[in-house]
Amino acid sequence: MGALLKQCLRIVLVLFGISTIAFFLIHLSGDPVLLMLPPEATQEEIDAFRHQMGFDKPLSEQYVHFLGQAVKGDFGESLKFHQPALDVVLERIPATLELTLFATVLSIVIAIPLGIYSAINRNSLSENLVTVAVFLGQSMPIFWTGIMLMLFFGVKLHWLPVSGRGGWEHLIMPAFTLAVWVAPTTLRIVRSSMLEVLQHDYIRTARSKGLAESIVIYKHALKNAAIPIITVVGFQIGKLLGGAVVTETVFAWPGVGQLVVKAIYTADYPLVQACVVILALIVATMNFSVDSMYRYLNPKIKSG
Amino acid sequence: MSNTAVQPVVENAKPVVPEWKKNYRKFAKNPIGVVGLIMVLAITFISIAAPLLTSHDPIEVNLDNKLLPPVWQENGTWDHWLGTDEVGRDVWARLVYGSRVSLSVGFFAVVISLTLGTALGIIAGYFRGKTDFAISTVVDIMMAFPFILLALATIAVMGPSLLNMILVLGLTDWTQYARLVRGEVISLREQEFVQAGYALGSKHWRMIWRHILPNCLPSVIVLATLAMARAILMESSLSFLGLGVSSPTPSWGFMMSTGRPYIATAWWLATLPGIAILITVLGINLAGDRIRDMLDPKVD
Repeated sequence: MGALLKQCLRIVLVLFGISTIAFFLIHLSGDPVLLMLPPEATQEEIDAFRHQMGFDKPLSEQYVHFLGQAVKGDFGESLKFHQPALDVVLERIPATLELTLFATVLSIVIAIPLGIYSAINRNSLSENLVTVAVFLGQSMPIFWTGIMLMLFFGVKLHWLPVSGRGGWEHLIMPAFTLAVWVAPTTLRIVRSSMLEVLQHDYIRTARSKGLAESIVIYKHALKNAAIPIITVVGFQIGKLLGGAVVTETVFAWPGVGQLVVKAIYTADYPLVQACVVILALIVATMNFSVDSMYRYLNPKIKSG
Repeated sequence: MSNTAVQPVVENAKPVVPEWKKNYRKFAKNPIGVVGLIMVLAITFISIAAPLLTSHDPIEVNLDNKLLPPVWQENGTWDHWLGTDEVGRDVWARLVYGSRVSLSVGFFAVVISLTLGTALGIIAGYFRGKTDFAISTVVDIMMAFPFILLALATIAVMGPSLLNMILVLGLTDWTQYARLVRGEVISLREQEFVQAGYALGSKHWRMIWRHILPNCLPSVIVLATLAMARAILMESSLSFLGLGVSSPTPSWGFMMSTGRPYIATAWWLATLPGIAILITVLGINLAGDRIRDMLDPKVD
């Protein structure tokens, strides 16, 4: 129970920190008003806007006000959409969640069988091929993967639509792009934890009982290797959301990632702040759930 | 007289192998690491020798020659062997000069984040208490956050330039060094040789400099190589989103973003810079992975 409370406190602390960063971010350049208004704005417009946004008050007062409003979920009005920034963000959340969820499933489907395969076929030619694929996956810029998929499956073969959101066929390329980005890390963890587990005595026992190799691998070994795998999959959510920013832009996928990039281009900073805090909230709760699950799954922690 | 005094020493001495040579032999046991090293050295050479490798100016516009394909395709010429872009700039020249941006961002961003992260990690792990709590909380906050988003927003506010790119990547990516070094320092402090140092009355800074820091360095170096690969990828992503190094300077990420609209007609514009990034990052990752194995007593 103490651990749970500590975790909750941590989330609050993290959110407080992120909100602070989000607040001071727009003051980095000196004057946030000049940042948000077009360069041809007149002095009167500048003054009126400064007053309207509260930028004429002392910084400390603005900060306290911002935090107070943020707790209530009020990040002010989006300059471009003329509606509460939070609403604009929440509208885009389902698209991003759909993409990241599907990408996570896809990355697991790629990583677990390949990871197991390379763990049980050590030092074979095919294991080396998997290793090469892992390195390539880790070294490809994510947007380039997207563009290359687009070039082959969209432009050349006309199999898949190159942009937008709609049916399954729209989801495949962006999700695969993201999956290629996170699968190498998962695969490495699957491989190393399988290698670790396969050395144990109970695996030898299971084999000596005459169990089929597939049962030994999938039932005995994989189950015991599951904890680090689940942990790494969970912690990659943050990385996925970061990757979604780029992937959504490449494929014109109407999620939070695309929204935040557009908001940055149009200097719609209330919207940027809302996006930043909401994405951080998602990542923080994900990390929290992974941590709790880890405690629940790992008997060593429970007894200790 | 002096001869006889020297003689026995020479007889006993084995042929001296310098430390770096021993390390290199260990490194070269696995050919994949050597391949990675060669790739990194090749790209480094290209970026230094850029003016010798191309006679074209990477930012010179020539609208008569726009969208020329690479030499192996119809209408390709040896003069522009990797083709030209939408305003007639030579792609090979831009790739060659673009390596300077990627490598300098990767290198200097890592220098900043490594220094900052190691220093804060040592302070947190060595002095513990409130300082540790403060630093660890900041690390937690920064790690709970999509790194690219923070970099993106900061650069958008500060304005895109090479210096800002290096600063932003350096100042946002120090957390993992801090976390790693803190953990190592905590366990090092309990070890006998450090405890013995205290017993002999060594000063804190001397203990840190002579005993703590050198013992953290191997794992920091491994992290640094992988972080350099990540910084180069991140620079290309930010440049791709239009928030990188400002326009005429050739940067691989930005080349891909301007080449993307031509993907159906001029595939080489978005494809080739990606291959350049792939080679660079792959080289660093392969070499870095080999260094990690080399320093890990469990492997080999």
